[in-house]
Amino acid sequence: MSEHKLILADLDGDRSWRLADYAQRRGYEALKKIVAEKIAPDDIIATLKTANLRGRGGAGFPTGLKWSFMPKAYTGPKYVVCNSDEGEPGTFKDRDILRYNPHAVIEGMIIAGYTMGCVAGYNYIHGEIFEVYERFEAALDEARAAGLLGRNILGSDFSFELFAHHGYGAYVCGEETGLLESLEGKKGQPRFKPPFPASFGLYGKPTTINNTETFASVPFILRMGGETFLNLGKPNNGGTKIFSVSGHVNRPGNYEVQLGTPFAELLEMAGGMRGGRRLKAVIPGGSSAPVLSGELMMELTMDYDAIAKAGSMLGSGAVIVMDETTCMVKALERLSYFYFEESCGQCTPCREGTGWLYRMMRRLEHGEGRAEDLDLLDNVAENIMGRTICALGDAAAMPVRGFLKHYRDEFAYHIEHKRCLVPVELQREGSRIYVRQD
Amino acid sequence: MLSPQSLLLIDREVAKYPADQKQSAVMAALRIAQAEKRWLAPETIEFVAKYLGMPTMAAYEVASFYNMYDLQPVGAHKITVCTNLPCALSGGSEAAEYLKTKLGIDFNETTPDGRFTLKEGECMGACGDAPVLLHNNHKMCCRMTREEIDGLIEELSK
Amino acid sequence: MLEIEIDGQKVEVAPGSTVMQAAQRIGKHIPHFCYHKKLSIAANCRMCLVEVEKMPKAVPACATPVAADMKVHTGSEKAVKAQRAVMEFLLINHPLDCPICDQGGECQLQDIAVGYGGGESRYREEKRVVFNKKLGPLINTDMTRCIHCSRCVRFGQEIAGVMELGIAHRGEHAEVMAFVDRSVDSELSGNAIDLCPVGALTSKPFRFGARTWELVRRPSVSPHDSLGANLQVQVKHDRVMRVLPLENEAINECWLSDKDRFSYEGLYAADRLTRPQIKHDGEWHEVDWQTALDYVVRTLGDIRKEYGADAIGALLSPHSTLEELHLAQKLVRGLRSENIDSRLRQNDFSADGRRTGTPWLGLPLAALSTLDAALVVGSFLRKDHPLMAQRLRQAQRAGAKICRVNAVADDWLIPLSAEVIAAPDRLAASLAAVLAALAEQTGQAVAASCQAAVAGITVDEAARGVAAALLNGERRAVLLGNLAVQHPNASSLQVLAAEIARLAGASFGFLGEAANTVGAALAGAQPSKGGRNAAAMLREPRKAYVLLGVEPEFDCADGVAARAALMQAASVIHLGSFVGSAAEYADVLLPIAPFTETSGSFVNAEGRLQSFSAVVPPLGDARPGWKLLRVLGNLLGLPGFEQESSEAVRAEALGEGDLATCLDNGLDGVQARLDAPAQGLQRIAEVPIHFADPLARRAPALQKTQDAAVPQARIHPETLTGLGVADGEVVRLRGSGEVKLVARVDVGVPVGCVRVAAAHPASLALGPMSAELSVERA
Ligand SMILES: Cc1cc2nc3c(=O)[nH]c(=O)nc-3n(C[C@H](O)[C@H](O)[C@H](O)COP(=O)(O)O)c2cc1C
Ligand code: SF4
Ligand code: FES
Repeated sequence: MSEHKLILADLDGDRSWRLADYAQRRGYEALKKIVAEKIAPDDIIATLKTANLRGRGGAGFPTGLKWSFMPKAYTGPKYVVCNSDEGEPGTFKDRDILRYNPHAVIEGMIIAGYTMGCVAGYNYIHGEIFEVYERFEAALDEARAAGLLGRNILGSDFSFELFAHHGYGAYVCGEETGLLESLEGKKGQPRFKPPFPASFGLYGKPTTINNTETFASVPFILRMGGETFLNLGKPNNGGTKIFSVSGHVNRPGNYEVQLGTPFAELLEMAGGMRGGRRLKAVIPGGSSAPVLSGELMMELTMDYDAIAKAGSMLGSGAVIVMDETTCMVKALERLSYFYFEESCGQCTPCREGTGWLYRMMRRLEHGEGRAEDLDLLDNVAENIMGRTICALGDAAAMPVRGFLKHYRDEFAYHIEHKRCLVPVELQREGSRIYVRQD
Repeated sequence: MLSPQSLLLIDREVAKYPADQKQSAVMAALRIAQAEKRWLAPETIEFVAKYLGMPTMAAYEVASFYNMYDLQPVGAHKITVCTNLPCALSGGSEAAEYLKTKLGIDFNETTPDGRFTLKEGECMGACGDAPVLLHNNHKMCCRMTREEIDGLIEELSK
Repeated sequence: MLEIEIDGQKVEVAPGSTVMQAAQRIGKHIPHFCYHKKLSIAANCRMCLVEVEKMPKAVPACATPVAADMKVHTGSEKAVKAQRAVMEFLLINHPLDCPICDQGGECQLQDIAVGYGGGESRYREEKRVVFNKKLGPLINTDMTRCIHCSRCVRFGQEIAGVMELGIAHRGEHAEVMAFVDRSVDSELSGNAIDLCPVGALTSKPFRFGARTWELVRRPSVSPHDSLGANLQVQVKHDRVMRVLPLENEAINECWLSDKDRFSYEGLYAADRLTRPQIKHDGEWHEVDWQTALDYVVRTLGDIRKEYGADAIGALLSPHSTLEELHLAQKLVRGLRSENIDSRLRQNDFSADGRRTGTPWLGLPLAALSTLDAALVVGSFLRKDHPLMAQRLRQAQRAGAKICRVNAVADDWLIPLSAEVIAAPDRLAASLAAVLAALAEQTGQAVAASCQAAVAGITVDEAARGVAAALLNGERRAVLLGNLAVQHPNASSLQVLAAEIARLAGASFGFLGEAANTVGAALAGAQPSKGGRNAAAMLREPRKAYVLLGVEPEFDCADGVAARAALMQAASVIHLGSFVGSAAEYADVLLPIAPFTETSGSFVNAEGRLQSFSAVVPPLGDARPGWKLLRVLGNLLGLPGFEQESSEAVRAEALGEGDLATCLDNGLDGVQARLDAPAQGLQRIAEVPIHFADPLARRAPALQKTQDAAVPQARIHPETLTGLGVADGEVVRLRGSGEVKLVARVDVGVPVGCVRVAAAHPASLALGPMSAELSVERA
């Protein structure tokens, strides 16, 4: 198997982000058809359900179902929001979608606005990719000028506005309600749910939030039909998915493949292991997903169900590949630091627990671990899980538990010998500045 | 307090949101203010808050919550290096070490000539392009080998 | 209604309620920190996690809505495991310094932690340390103890209406703070101390005053504003150590204004009067009660003999108890003088003799929170009535339209739907315009009493806006504030406002100047026919004055005139708790017990009689005012001073009937008229919140707040420019006397006006509160 590109297809031209270029790739065809034929919103939702499109932001929630939750009878303003806050370590697909194919996202969002009767949409873009934000704004201007946005879109009685909003450095704003708070000009502190955004979202109004890739998939699904999209993947895991492959591979990058593609093939697409080293471990769905061993991964296919069955998550599709030069203690220490830094701080288990985990990890990494630390680490992580307002608490706890589960020996070695199992020189060798050769 | 150009930019952001939701523009307004003033002094934050008709403390909460706002003075060039795990596996940490040695400063420090400030960053959503650095928040520099870093620093030192 | 089950017990609750509320209904306590019934739900502490059958995770009781047939377990293994985990997290960074913490003994964290045992901490990393914040003279901080429940922040945003505190930074670095070390200046700030479940925010004046278990708690009633907040006074060794709210949903809810809370410090002011004193040859001498009373009897007798009873005047504080006021007026009337008044700051008495009852709020206090529309006329609402403003704020948050016709556009921290801001001489005309607009909008005719005022008035957009706002919903009220009551044309303002209320189908009433304004009226602390009112007694100076709890230079409409009248008097008999400047003009000082040292009653703005007992014995030789007055009545040989108890005095004061039947805001045969245009700069004078009565004036911590700052002359920029004065310059202001103050630009002050606070030492010399002033560069 090789890549199967939809969203990332034919983007090699030097201006793939321009409206004209997108139009040549059959861009806005789906929207035009919907508007011209006044396709019933319920039909659009039915197509998404048939396609079995699952949210690409991490949780994998069925998109058609989510759209059907928006209250139809509600007469006030409703909103659609795109989550381009991509901050989950290892994930970098939304950046490329926005960089090279922004109009696919715009078209998807307009269709969403049409389907759910929304007055406006916002695309919340990760602060660190500010250049992408600017490019997206330019794309919006183009769409507006072409009558694809604003009042009476394409001469219909459908009106919809779309704006870009940027983050400014807070991972937690990727969580959908943290994102909404941030959009409202506040700290991005997630809200307790219920109420869910579909009833109390942006400015307290019904709101649907999807990931960038989810929206970008919508025009393709509507063009090819739900059945065709579904068949690209496998039952319950429709379509193609972009995997961001990073770490110890020869060609880190985004690879759009059919869901259900074996990991081994994905690894091959990414150029195989760097320096021919042994595959040690893979985090298959972004840093929050439990780590799996290399051997196990080589047996798995890349889809929601298979990865979940193996005890991890497909998440956002960020595949972090680690070879034998990796010290798992150090790797976990860095991730623990990330969650500690990024906890929004409102709920007790996450605010206090992430600090506790990180401090223990730092101590361990510095050779000051104690025998009882491993059980304590696991227990503290367990005590965070399921007890927080948002899933960042879980995201902080799962890596700890996953690393301990699969690499407990390496941690024990660290405590006993006050140093890494993997020789430091080897580690240094493995994490040298590496730039893929295209 | 802010230049007319900045105010114009802020007004453009305000226009994106419903009329009674000016506060939504605070992140953009603080970004614009910071771009003009280089960092967000308390007076600047207060000005932005007043401009948007929101409590000053609420604006301060925002300014202190998001990493890319600088509440302390920074050098003319703020360089933020991602050292998160995916980047670290491909040299993110080494690039950071190289920068520290080259500039003679640690993270969160500024060179004595006030030109460079170095920051440790979290995932920038560009792990495939590691090592990545962010220059003054808005320009991402990808695949930063030692030579690329040398070139960048030389360019910025001019 | 829904039925759910909590720990096997069935409970019926309204849909939309939470598990926490359901539990509270059956008296089941679920541990919590961030939850507070008056605040929005944050669900951030996670202490209240409980098990709900069929839900995979433990859920926070405070935020989880009930659903039919839900089965909740608050003490199951799953619930307790979750609660224990949260408790452990809360304590890892906590200093565990209970022995030296002021919250010790009343700390929710301590209480709950003890319940979970836990023993030795598993946390062996370094603890977080947070620097303390300077929040001003009232609140002390120890931020390492903060558990980030965000109650104090939500309190500011939602109840006080101003976000002075926030939580800056994030994650473990998150810290409660004010913007760059600003002080917290809200007049309700002290409530954050009560709300803080740990010892992070504590009372600065109380600091280390006592351990809570040493304190005896006694109920009382606040003697300050017209709300009558219920107090829990905490006492150690016969001394008041601290004041906390006594929860009363109908009155103060669970809140107190800072004045209610911190004024107790004034009880022990250096000039507290504890021994009777007589001035002899210009020297003060402490004497025993017998000597002092003999002196008073003799003096009053002499003056009456020589100049007639009409030469005696009585100025009585509306902060006095009903019992004191009743006996004081009875005594003076017994001497055959009708010169009795407690309406010390009023200027217009033209409605005297035409009232159909005792003026009051016109609706229950609690109803303020559920109004759909309110028009507030002539008021410094936020500072004069902090907790009524709070209720209106809640009404607004629930959708009410609040509007005002006022002389200044000060910030009430309530989003207003409409307003007319007009100089004092234009207030009546502004009300007339609103009235005309209402007549226009409702198609009703204006009553005869207002027709002259309305004739020829131009109805502008602002007036129409106010009228339209007032017509919102069903529950409406028109409320007259202190500025209106103290206005030189007060009776016209009242007639017009009442007519506005009638056309709008709104209740009409007075916010009330003092703790016992209504009680004073009921007690007859006003002149009847032939008597002199407060202003007349000073305009036509008397030979002798009886002062009850009054500091005339602060408490009267014209402090300068008051002082002059007293200085010329042959005798001034001062009954009070403090000496103050009575030392200069009085010849006898009779120490009476403040509210904490006597039994008594206040009738608040809504006409609610609230009686209280002494919480501590009188200091020194001070005596309850009612007892002293009774003895004095006897010594003067007056009949009817045989009461055995304050209850007996109260019964006599209120008579047989129902108090409520006396409450009525009607005026019979008063015509509204518009004011003649002012010639010069008009003074607009508020009474600063912490200067409104002798006790507050002496509370050191309150006197350090921003609210007690030296007044400035606040002037509209146009007017200021016209005067050739720059913002921040010192100006000389001339009323009947002159003072120098800093001039400040204030766009909220109408053109042609100067806003200068009264009752402050720095502005006392200016004289009348309502007058024309001249202003020039100093
Ligand atoms: C801590 C945290 C971070 C998240 N970050 C992202 C993100 O960067 N991008 C994203 O699309 N979803 C993110 N999510 C998931 C969103 O909350 C949400 O489920 C998603 O945007 C829904 O879109 P989808 O249904 O299209 O996947 C995050 C969730 C959590 C708990
Ligand atoms: S789990 Fe962490 S990030 Fe999420 S709301 Fe709680 S404190 Fe904030
Ligand atoms: S009381 Fe429920 S989470 Fe705090």
